[in-house]
Amino acid sequence: MGLDIRLPIGMLFTIFGIMLIFFGLFSNPSLYAQSLGINVNLNWGVVLLVFGAIMFFLGARAMFFAQHPPETPNAEGREPRH
Amino acid sequence: MGLTTIDWVIMAVYFAFVLGIGAALKRYMKTSADFFLAGRSIPAWVCGLAFISANLGAQEVIGMGASGAKYGILTSHFYWIGAIPAMVFVGIFMMPFYYGSRARSVPEYLRLRFDEKTRGLNAISFATMTIFSSGISMYAMAKLIQTLHFLDGPFRALGLPQAWIFHTGIIVSALVVLTYIYLGGLTSAIYNEVLQFFLIVAGFMPLVWLGLKNVGGWQGLKATLGPSYVHSWVGMANPHTNRLGVEWFGLAMGLGFVLSFGYWCTDFLVVQRAMAANSMAAARRTPLIAAVPKMLFPFLVILPGLIAIALPTQAPPINGPQGSSVSAPAGQGLIPAKLDATTGQPVLDNNGHPQLDYDLAVPNLLLHYFPTGILGLGLTALLASFMSGMAGNVTAFNTVWTHDIYEPYIHPGAGDAHYLMMGKMATIFGIALSVAGAYLATRFNNIMDMLQLVFAFVNAPLFATFLLGMFWKRATGHGAFTGLLSGTFAAAVHHGRTLSEGAIPGIKGGWLGVIHNYPSEMAQNFWTAIYAWTTCFAVTILVSLFTKAPEESRLVGLVYSMTERPSEGNLSWYKRPIYLGAMILAATVLLNLVFR
Repeated sequence: MGLDIRLPIGMLFTIFGIMLIFFGLFSNPSLYAQSLGINVNLNWGVVLLVFGAIMFFLGARAMFFAQHPPETPNAEGREPRH
Repeated sequence: MGLTTIDWVIMAVYFAFVLGIGAALKRYMKTSADFFLAGRSIPAWVCGLAFISANLGAQEVIGMGASGAKYGILTSHFYWIGAIPAMVFVGIFMMPFYYGSRARSVPEYLRLRFDEKTRGLNAISFATMTIFSSGISMYAMAKLIQTLHFLDGPFRALGLPQAWIFHTGIIVSALVVLTYIYLGGLTSAIYNEVLQFFLIVAGFMPLVWLGLKNVGGWQGLKATLGPSYVHSWVGMANPHTNRLGVEWFGLAMGLGFVLSFGYWCTDFLVVQRAMAANSMAAARRTPLIAAVPKMLFPFLVILPGLIAIALPTQAPPINGPQGSSVSAPAGQGLIPAKLDATTGQPVLDNNGHPQLDYDLAVPNLLLHYFPTGILGLGLTALLASFMSGMAGNVTAFNTVWTHDIYEPYIHPGAGDAHYLMMGKMATIFGIALSVAGAYLATRFNNIMDMLQLVFAFVNAPLFATFLLGMFWKRATGHGAFTGLLSGTFAAAVHHGRTLSEGAIPGIKGGWLGVIHNYPSEMAQNFWTAIYAWTTCFAVTILVSLFTKAPEESRLVGLVYSMTERPSEGNLSWYKRPIYLGAMILAATVLLNLVFR
């Protein structure tokens, strides 16, 4: 199928990651009494962001190469454009 | 409970993606093969994660957490014994026949291998079952939304009656699943299942992490709960010395062989995911790839149950909107006592002790540890698990309905476009029937229990039919058909003649007069399955020997001895099913040794 599933997964988790990181940074620390004093929003947001970015990169790369079969390995196609 | 804007935004973003995937796939749905089989174009890892996710419905996330709280780490038998061996078997030995034959569904394989009546029997019982399963999933989800009270605030703010929360849960989940399957068919279901898989992992990992940190890790759980919760094999020699109430033979044969192989190797709901793979090799790898996360899921879905029961007992946080207005007896850990839905009184067991509402183990643990923000993620993961279970049933239904009921019996010989249209229609009325099923469950709880019992009778013998069909070329259609019917009959008779300790004759068994008592309901179920399987196996062989053997030329690609082994010489070793399977089994044995 024309859509590589890693692309939407990467996008969704990147958005979730950024949302949780920002919320974690600016939320009231007393919120985290129930999570053992750990700012889970911030910590887990970072994990989600990293995972999302990796998935997005892999998906975008795969879709780029599906549309532009590489003839010679070059550095030009590093940043796939949409 | 405090849901704030960020939780709602997370949920909204997720639903937007779910629907967006359906919309993005719409333009690829040109033929019925695109819609029902995802054009046989999906890579193995995607199929593998969908394979596991289609099974990761509510029963899994809520139910396995509940079993974890009730039975402890013994629940892992449902994975390590009750799933992994069957998943390896279907990948290595059975997938060549499903994928390699021209069949588009499991019932269609039965027609090619046996005859029309065997297929009809399987197709009709399977289609009915998927409708009710997805209805039950929907019902459970709406019920949970109601119990957790997280829509109470918004509904009050909008001036809507609280009674509508249940209806809203049903209607919204039905519409979401309907939209994305209608638009993108099986591909859309598979893609969303993969998304849901990652979401469930992302929502539950921090929960287990916080929980384990809080109770002092595995050692802490051991110290708090005692040995009966933390060993999976100690005490399995006798049903009275372990929490499941089953002995090892009943467990290994009933769960590990009959029920597990019956589900993972013959249920079109999961097999359909592998049939969508882009090559034979990918189809065979699908269940093997799925086995890897499946092997590790106990840590994600069972541990929360153990953590919930190990925490200090406290007043249940979600008794009512105000919390304090209901006086319930103390539960254990985070698990409240079960209240009767109509009277509001605690439900007592035979000894007069209040029963625990184990199904709340996982939701309560989420509310206990997650502050707003990540709570939205956790609840979204929970909703995702309900929807992936539903969607799996819906895609299996629309395929079996169209290819195995509508096409052969109602309207044969129409063009591809017609069947594509029928598949889309089947998605709509399949979901409408599921909604009806969900409301039936609210009115008549017993009907649902009875239906599930009947399905258990119908399913138990299935694997005998497939095993003989694939590996014994002498097996005939008459043999398979009579075998299936006698297996179901044997299951019903066994259930009617036995009862578990403390149960009342009726839906729990014994309705033909009790001649044997099992130590637990689980033991009774496992033995019902064993009787059904054995009867079907024996009757199929007997009848086959007395009926005319099938022509050998017809069996090419359908039976082991008549089919060339798929060549895998060009695959690197880590892609070969046999090596993958061996590694998975070795890892499973290791896990059993660690948690013995």
